[in-house]
Amino acid sequence: MATASDYAGLQPAWCPGCGNFGILKALNTALIELNIEPHQVLLVSGIGQAGKLPHYTRGNVFNSLHGRPVPPAIGAKIANSELVVIAVSGDGDAYGEGGNHFLHAARRNHNITYLVHNNQIYGLTKGQASPTSDVGFVTKTTPYGAANPVNPIALAIVSGASFVARGYAGDMDHLASLVKKGITHRGFALIDILQPCVSFNHKNTYQWYKERVYKLEDKKYNSGDRKAALEKALEWGERIPIGVIYEEDLPVYEDQLPALSNGPLVKKKIDPRRVERLLAEFM
Amino acid sequence: MPIDFNFMVGGEAGQGVQSVGFLLAKVFACGGYHVFADQDYESRVRGGHNFFRVRISSDKVGAIAKDVDILIALDSDSIRLHRAEMASRGIIIFNGEKVKGASSKKGSLLSIPLEKIAEEKAGDKLMLNTVALGAALSAVSYDLPKLDRVLADHFGSGEVGNRNIAAAKAGYDYVQSESKGKSGKIKPLSEVRRMLLTGNEAISLGAIAAGCRFMAAYPMTPASSIMEYMAAKSKEFELVMVHAEDEIAAINMAIGAAYAGVRAMTATSGSGLCLMVEGIGLAGITETPIVIIDAQRPGPAVGLPTRTEQGDLQFVLHAHHGDFPRAVVAPATIEDAFWLTIKAFNWAERYQLPVILLTDQHLASSHATIDPLDLSQVTIDRGIMFSEKEDDPSEYMRHRVTKSGVSPRAFPGLGKALVVTDCDEHGEEGHLTEDAGQRTAQVRKRLRKISPLNKETNTLRKYGSRGAETILIGWGSTYGAIHEAVGILRKENASVNMLHLNELWPFPRKAVIDAVSKARNSYVIESNATGQVAQLIKAETGYDVSGRILKFDGRPFTPHYIAEAVRKEAR
Repeated sequence: MATASDYAGLQPAWCPGCGNFGILKALNTALIELNIEPHQVLLVSGIGQAGKLPHYTRGNVFNSLHGRPVPPAIGAKIANSELVVIAVSGDGDAYGEGGNHFLHAARRNHNITYLVHNNQIYGLTKGQASPTSDVGFVTKTTPYGAANPVNPIALAIVSGASFVARGYAGDMDHLASLVKKGITHRGFALIDILQPCVSFNHKNTYQWYKERVYKLEDKKYNSGDRKAALEKALEWGERIPIGVIYEEDLPVYEDQLPALSNGPLVKKKIDPRRVERLLAEFM
Repeated sequence: MPIDFNFMVGGEAGQGVQSVGFLLAKVFACGGYHVFADQDYESRVRGGHNFFRVRISSDKVGAIAKDVDILIALDSDSIRLHRAEMASRGIIIFNGEKVKGASSKKGSLLSIPLEKIAEEKAGDKLMLNTVALGAALSAVSYDLPKLDRVLADHFGSGEVGNRNIAAAKAGYDYVQSESKGKSGKIKPLSEVRRMLLTGNEAISLGAIAAGCRFMAAYPMTPASSIMEYMAAKSKEFELVMVHAEDEIAAINMAIGAAYAGVRAMTATSGSGLCLMVEGIGLAGITETPIVIIDAQRPGPAVGLPTRTEQGDLQFVLHAHHGDFPRAVVAPATIEDAFWLTIKAFNWAERYQLPVILLTDQHLASSHATIDPLDLSQVTIDRGIMFSEKEDDPSEYMRHRVTKSGVSPRAFPGLGKALVVTDCDEHGEEGHLTEDAGQRTAQVRKRLRKISPLNKETNTLRKYGSRGAETILIGWGSTYGAIHEAVGILRKENASVNMLHLNELWPFPRKAVIDAVSKARNSYVIESNATGQVAQLIKAETGYDVSGRILKFDGRPFTPHYIAEAVRKEAR
């Protein structure tokens, strides 16, 4: 049985009150409740405050470059399909520097889970606008206000992701349930997580979110309806939906690879003599 | 009497230049000849001018010769552009129905109604290329059944194969009756079986033999055929080739797969490698073994997309910031491409670092015959592994500081050991750190891997007399051309030898000093504009070469070009 002590990692270097603590706790809770042990998990992160998360829990860790947690996560998942692979990013990492990988991982529907800590600001570099900053948001790099934000939920849905959810770092239990669903879902599972930044984002605060977020589970909402999901993805401002926005069984990239049908690649032996029959093709 | 004979097939893109050229190469390879064939093509799908040269010889050859003995001209441009290259007794075969007013001062013109024959004898005028192929073989009275067998292999034994065989026979018979027995004579030599393959095919075979299970890449000439070959064999050999969204994704995917425990690679060309540079450093600091194939083409930027150059050497030696070890190899021949690819995978895992294999368009798309590869000579070394039977997995540290600098590897999920690594500087356990002592220890540990690796980079190729006055220095794909040039010059009683490098980094310092210090003159021969290996030799040994024979027009060296350049230097 996996327990809380299995997932006790290093002491976090985040600011007191950071939304990241709620996300860390939700992830640990999800892994424990799914009875997944640390050695079965691979956490692949990028750069930013979110990218440090894997060090503060326990598991196999590949802390990758800025914007790049998704490609190594895909490579590792294909190499060892038995690993539970979770990529972790911030909004700058996922939707700025790594935007292309995000689109294509969703399109190909790789069997990985992607947690994006979305605080609408760059924290580690101390307070610049991010790709999801609200329009008009003034920071040191956007003195005349940020331009239009990207809409990660809508992007993921139209790109072909088969599981798209939004969580809130201030509601740990709800977020943990989403992470569990994302991990058990087969296919690319995006969980965009609204995360207050107590140091640099004085607009989208705990109070701001508290007044706006509502749970889709409490409403009559069909997460299997792609059109309805797109409509829900556009809802932002006075009311912000959290929960599973879109979920469907779609073809998974790894399932169409014949090489993976007989167990993980990493367990296969190397035998150069197998190439003998290829040599004959050149004779 | 030794035979050294040269064919050329010329035409527009889309006319079938490549398949006629390949079939010519194949039919002589099957007849026991040594073959070297290169391709010259433009960056377009239709039109323009492409050509395919096939050199056949009773001796081993590794380069293209100067004169053309038989030119199959599929369009009038091929005659106009290449008639000056014809040997004095050469023959230009062309379609007399379409090409009017052909003329040539060198060689003779052989007009054949290719389309008409194709339609009459094979029922399809599109088979005119096969008629021309039969005609070319007839001009040297080669063995027709050999061609039948090659055509059946290529087109299948069904209707299409049979019609191609009929077309070839018709072309063959036409020339026999026109020449009235005056054709030259090139007979099959023996039943020796050799492989005929390209450099990219050799790299792909090497990768599969080495147990590469994962490749991710983005298409880019001249590297794309590697990803296509790997994809085609992915089911049979249980490997995965991911066509990634870009080169950045490709190298990062390969690194993820290698971290998870499979042998992984990517392949690209110069400007694709520019995008991959961040991955080279990521592999460096996380000590992840990956193999990166750089099939060079002329740069900078898009440069000449379909042509050849050795312009990336200084780039790959330095690409990325910071200090960390890497290895750079550059196959000399198509056979070497197979063996060096395997070595690249072994070094990558033995020393846990990125290994860059530099090939180029010339080697990538040239065909050569080689003796069948002896797979019993393939060794696999996966490096030092952590054993959970002998050691406590809870104490596993991915980046443990060791005397050799190499830390035992474990693979995530295969045991209880947690495999932690970071592109930030990290401590032994893999977690990020800013501690000065740990930083220093990790940098030193990584750099300690260079010295033992340097002891392995010693496979210099030397040719010619020891202590010759002049030494020609080359690296990578120029081996065949330089080797033959040395032979040409020695026949003229020149005192010349050669030194050829295929393992460039860590640099084989002592061996190079030993070789060059004996010569009075030393010339580098390189397909680039600044003499990049000359710079490397200077930087590593302090030795200044006395001359640089450089070519950067995107076309490969020929032995005669090199010999003439050396004669000029000597004057």
